[in-house]
Amino acid sequence: MNSTPETLRRTALYDEHVTLGARLVPFGGFEMPVQYAGILKEHDAVRQRAGIFDLSHMAQFELFGDGVADWADSLTTNAVGTMKRYQARYNIFTNERGGCHDDVLFYRLANRWLLVCNASNAAKMWAHLKAHNERPDVRLESRHGQAALIAVQGPKAVEIVAPLCDGDAKDVAELKYYFCAEGSVDGTRAVVARTGYTGEDGFELFVDGADAPRLWRRLLEVGKKYGLEPAGLGARDMLRLEAGMPLYGFELDEELSPLAGGQSWAVKMNKPAFAGKAALAAQLAADDYQRIAGFVLEGRVPARTGYPVFSGGKRVGEVRSASIAPSYGNRNIGTALLPKAATAVGTPLEIEIRGARHAAQVVSLPFYKRER
Amino acid sequence: MAQPEGLLFSKEHEWLKIDGDVGTVGITDYAQNSLGDIVYVELPRVGHEIKQFGSIGVVESVKAVSDLFTPISGEVIEVNSGLEADPALVNRDAFGAGWLYKVRIKGLNEKSALLSPSDYDALIAEAAH
Repeated sequence: MNSTPETLRRTALYDEHVTLGARLVPFGGFEMPVQYAGILKEHDAVRQRAGIFDLSHMAQFELFGDGVADWADSLTTNAVGTMKRYQARYNIFTNERGGCHDDVLFYRLANRWLLVCNASNAAKMWAHLKAHNERPDVRLESRHGQAALIAVQGPKAVEIVAPLCDGDAKDVAELKYYFCAEGSVDGTRAVVARTGYTGEDGFELFVDGADAPRLWRRLLEVGKKYGLEPAGLGARDMLRLEAGMPLYGFELDEELSPLAGGQSWAVKMNKPAFAGKAALAAQLAADDYQRIAGFVLEGRVPARTGYPVFSGGKRVGEVRSASIAPSYGNRNIGTALLPKAATAVGTPLEIEIRGARHAAQVVSLPFYKRER
Repeated sequence: MAQPEGLLFSKEHEWLKIDGDVGTVGITDYAQNSLGDIVYVELPRVGHEIKQFGSIGVVESVKAVSDLFTPISGEVIEVNSGLEADPALVNRDAFGAGWLYKVRIKGLNEKSALLSPSDYDALIAEAAH
């Protein structure tokens, strides 16, 4: 991010983070909590009980008009037009080379759509959407920085959130995964979505920034007896990596296609023309592109982004994400960008760490899957 | 935050406890707290000669790799073997069970380049501003 400390923005929940003793770091142009009590403790809270996250730095755009589905389908790889009302769907905006502008979530509401983009891509995506919207039946509005987003994730999330929900959101306990409702939470107008980025059950609550601090405090209060704890971006990154979810800038970027990033399930080649379709068709046909694979290291030495990866004595790629994985036997895991030949499960790899090579092997993603 | 008496400190946040010609080295509570959850510690080998303020290993937290420097010159005579299985010992007890290694000190006069507990307190108070 290019922000200097002077230009960093704060979310509506900034004061709550300070009160809770969070360690704040610049992320996506905002001053965000990377941790409160500690990343491992917060990870454990989310996997065993529940964690509450401030995700208000993520860009929220609202899309209006009869042309939204059609228009969005021309810019993305996954299907928008087939989404039902109150459905949520992961999607990827692609460039003409098949690389990714951003990976996003679409939420289809009663008479508008909510598009949630990565904070690090907010300005780029807003410019991209504006530049590609010449249609009179699509209107865009940015709520980035005004709207807040609070996520409650973990096996206890339903017990914490559902009793607070009312209006059209009063049955959120019955809400299916990747669906949402529009109603109220503790009297605050909210879109309540059963979505998340942790590999756990949970909700994401879209509310106005002005209402966010009161709702945040209320959730912490009612969540206390369930062991709810505030969780920061450090825990979130560990949770998403274990769950095999990509992070833009690591598993996906302008040069890495959704296919390379392991998101081919979100590429619908049967859609009519969309940005990058020809490039993706060529990649599929040749099937020779470098791609993301999961790995586990043998020893206790952690890998880090950028470390070289070797196969058969030859340097073949690099580590993209890495972490210790409490939900994978406390092993050191990660993702690497590798040639196809080196991505078969079980392939022995070596990762160079401070000049020494450490044994690793390719494993299937995700590293962690919750029991349902 | 008062530092334990009887220790000397480096500007790189290591502590040194001297018993005769043997020095015990660790990182400070301030350092472990700044690093967050420690998941791996790479220490010099026993028998290794180390030079004051030289880089001799790393401490890895969940989020970052940090160089480890030594506060004093000498020969490494013991490393804390408990850290291999439980590196979080450094988080839990930085001045005690989370010690890193012991060194046979070569030049005791080098300690004049280290900080007293109150000087170290002043250093981290300044860093907090």
